[in-house]
Amino acid sequence: MEASPEYAVQMHGILKTFGAFTALDHVDLDVKKQTVHAILGENGAGKTTLMNILYGLYQADEGDIFMGGEKVNITSPTDAIKHGIGMVHQHFMLVENFTVTENIILGDEVCGAAGVLDMGRARKEVMELVDEYGFDVDPDAKIEDITVGMQQRVEILKALYRGAEVLILDEPTAVLTPQEIDKLIEIMHDLIAKGKTIIIITHKLREIMQSADECSIIRRGVYMGTVNVKESNETELASKMVGRNVNLTVEKTPAHPGETVLSIRDLTVKDDRGIEQVRGLNLDIRAGEIVGIAGIDGNGQQELVDAITNIVKAESGSIKINGQEIVNTTPRTTFLNKIATIPSDRHRWGLVLPFAVSENSVLERHTEDTFGEGIKLDYNKMHDYTTKLIEEFDIRPSGCEDERMSGLSGGNQQKAIIARMVTSSPNLLIAFQPTRGLDVGAIEFVHKTLIAERDRGAAILLISFELDEVMDVSDTIAVIYHGQIAGTFAQGTVDENQLGLLMAGGEAK
Amino acid sequence: MRNFEKFLRSRFAAALIAVLVGFAISAIVLAAAGYNPIGSFGALFNGAFGKPKYIANVFIKATPILLTGVSVAFAFKTGLFNIGAEGQYILGSTLATIVGVKLALPMPLQVPLVLAAGILGGAALGAFVGWLKAKFGIHEVITSIMCNWISFYLCNFIVMSDAFHKPNSTSALQVNGSSYTMILGNWKKSEAGKEFLSNIHWLREILLKTDLNYGFIIAIVVAIAASLVLNRTKLGYELRAVGFNRDAARFSGISVERNIILSMLIAGGISGLAGALTITGISPHTITLLAAMESYGFNGMSVAFIAGCAPIGCIPSAILFSSLIYGGMSVQQVMGAPSDIISIMIGTIVFFTALPGVTGMIADAIAKKRKAKEALKEAVKEA
Ligand SMILES: Nc1ncnc2c1ncn2[C@@H]1O[C@H](COP(=O)(O)OP(=O)(O)OP(=O)(O)O)[C@@H](O)[C@H]1O
Ligand SMILES: [Mg+2]
Repeated sequence: MEASPEYAVQMHGILKTFGAFTALDHVDLDVKKQTVHAILGENGAGKTTLMNILYGLYQADEGDIFMGGEKVNITSPTDAIKHGIGMVHQHFMLVENFTVTENIILGDEVCGAAGVLDMGRARKEVMELVDEYGFDVDPDAKIEDITVGMQQRVEILKALYRGAEVLILDEPTAVLTPQEIDKLIEIMHDLIAKGKTIIIITHKLREIMQSADECSIIRRGVYMGTVNVKESNETELASKMVGRNVNLTVEKTPAHPGETVLSIRDLTVKDDRGIEQVRGLNLDIRAGEIVGIAGIDGNGQQELVDAITNIVKAESGSIKINGQEIVNTTPRTTFLNKIATIPSDRHRWGLVLPFAVSENSVLERHTEDTFGEGIKLDYNKMHDYTTKLIEEFDIRPSGCEDERMSGLSGGNQQKAIIARMVTSSPNLLIAFQPTRGLDVGAIEFVHKTLIAERDRGAAILLISFELDEVMDVSDTIAVIYHGQIAGTFAQGTVDENQLGLLMAGGEAK
Repeated sequence: MRNFEKFLRSRFAAALIAVLVGFAISAIVLAAAGYNPIGSFGALFNGAFGKPKYIANVFIKATPILLTGVSVAFAFKTGLFNIGAEGQYILGSTLATIVGVKLALPMPLQVPLVLAAGILGGAALGAFVGWLKAKFGIHEVITSIMCNWISFYLCNFIVMSDAFHKPNSTSALQVNGSSYTMILGNWKKSEAGKEFLSNIHWLREILLKTDLNYGFIIAIVVAIAASLVLNRTKLGYELRAVGFNRDAARFSGISVERNIILSMLIAGGISGLAGALTITGISPHTITLLAAMESYGFNGMSVAFIAGCAPIGCIPSAILFSSLIYGGMSVQQVMGAPSDIISIMIGTIVFFTALPGVTGMIADAIAKKRKAKEALKEAVKEA
């Protein structure tokens, strides 16, 4: 395609290699002005890398970038900002104990005479922006006190404050609640109406259908084409992206539950600010059963998992696994009682990013004699073991045993955690937001794995903020509200509306 | 060319380039101050390696900073900043002196006991700092600095105490002769030894004119052991996991508290050993009244950072460092140039090793050029 003023951004023939590995193989991207352009691709396809090149964080080995038909040279984020490009990363880059205003102006401070910071003027400018776009944020609130959704709006404001005309959003919805996602889509449409252009990376096909005009697809670093979203559908997008037909519905046989594995009674847990988040919760899970917890973020899900994994102390109550009391013991005891957990924040709890993939794959199990007798740690054995996991769980790129975990794409990091947890054949598998940030192919894989673990006889505790996931995968659905189980249903005996009502604190009919 | 690129990305290249830049900048400083840089570097080299005796002294002086360097590097690899190597060194030498003075056992028992006392002293101090961090979350830098001064004054207190003070001096009593770790220490002073050595000039120089001792060999063994522990054992794995990501380590059942204490204990023990080896290996074989910190700990930090905090890398780094310090004294004598120049040089080297990205950037630039050339060639071929 020719470079033309019709397009806000054009990236032509972008090649990017990391050592011997080709992350992007002559990829093209043409984004029309005043549109929402989605980028779709599997985990590790190269979406983030492509956007990092546009934002000047990486340099392409080959290829050109055009804006409004003019060739531009972007070698740093400063250049990108100068050309009106703003980027909101998946992991926010905000200073926690600064106010919203301070964060927005950080690095681009308004200075009065003699270079003195003019906070009054800064605040006024920020207020004007907030009003112009109708964002619901308090310019004087501290970042640590506002919700994740608001933090994201602050990131967007930060970009707008620097005069962004083209806004890149990398997996903006992965951390949001459904309500916040609706709000974000509204904001995006608003921005388009005001003349901006948006590039959005997301794995959620429904969001693409709702928000995007066009969608470009990348598969393993190769550009597969661009589709007009209005003329396409979710199934088509999914199969184009993966290169095979993806089953978007979850297939499973009826459960055959056995003995009770996990039994929680009157559990009370406080968060780190001393506020009770789990308030006398009761829950049972049997072997060979998936219990899904539906609920809005912040209703005690995190604290429930923290207590079972013994990361925090419970105030009172009992947690029994196969009759064995484990409340207020240690994470090690949890593991020895064959409880494995896929944590919600994989970078914080799940992985040691500077460690090699093989080193990560033996966390928890490094003490076993399989990986070296006595004090010795046998790296060859670790390597071979990891090779097996990589093959079995299709972790990409293959042969990444000795690479740092931080070099893997988000989705493959998640696969590495799941591989590690599942191979320990747990009696209880806790999956907390297990598909966050995963592509549809990988989601299918995770769901299949959870069901396979169930069929092996494990008890599964699935906690997700996505109602669809809970409803599709669970055999039993429990709604958590205000730190208690507000209702329990067998799959198929309850609909979205009833659950939604309970999740919001209403009464079930 | 590709090999060269690969080399540039290695840690060794980063250190090498830092050293070269350090020399270059010192040359500029020397020239600006009116001294001939070539002559000065010549004097430096001569002063460090000109005679067998000098070389021996370089190794003797490298011993304590190699150990404190390994101590700092070990802690650093586990996410801790051991700024307390100085205090651990002082406490190690103090305890070694106490035990060495009070005990008079045969050498095979005495030496291990004296060294063990030093290790214990350093380890206890390190573990204390680790415990404060693990239990109360107090940053190890703050507590380490305080512990440095506690050791400092404890050492002076022992020197001046009735039980240990050597009358009419500023030092404590010498440790018992059976604590000495000089190479061929007894033989070289015997008649037969003197007789034998009188024929071999270089050997006589290094044996009789210096305190050549087993310290450096022990230090090398410790450096290798530290590297093995870190990279090839379950303990090292846990220590590093805690250093990189405390939360993930805890989540996977590793005890964060235990590992923080253990890491500081090991690091402290290594620094304590450095102090003990100074007592057993070098005259006056005792502690003396300290007027200021002796900088073994701080020089250890420089050694560790030049080595990129790899324990084995500390070996060449310590030799380099001690040859600069020892040879630097000759620059002053021969050229009349202030020894501060040497300090500037060392400072510059440490500064540039702290910028590890530089050599990588050069490699990137070369790679880009090469790829452009290849592309051009291909285009020409196609045409
Ligand atoms: N700095 C790096 N060093 C080495 N390899 C890298 C680096 N950054 C990315 N890669 C590799 O490039 C590929 C593309 O990664 P990228 O993060 O762009 O994927 P992605 O499409 O954003 O995936 P996800 O949906 O999982 O976030 C991956 O295979 C990744 O391992
Ligand atoms: Mg990504």
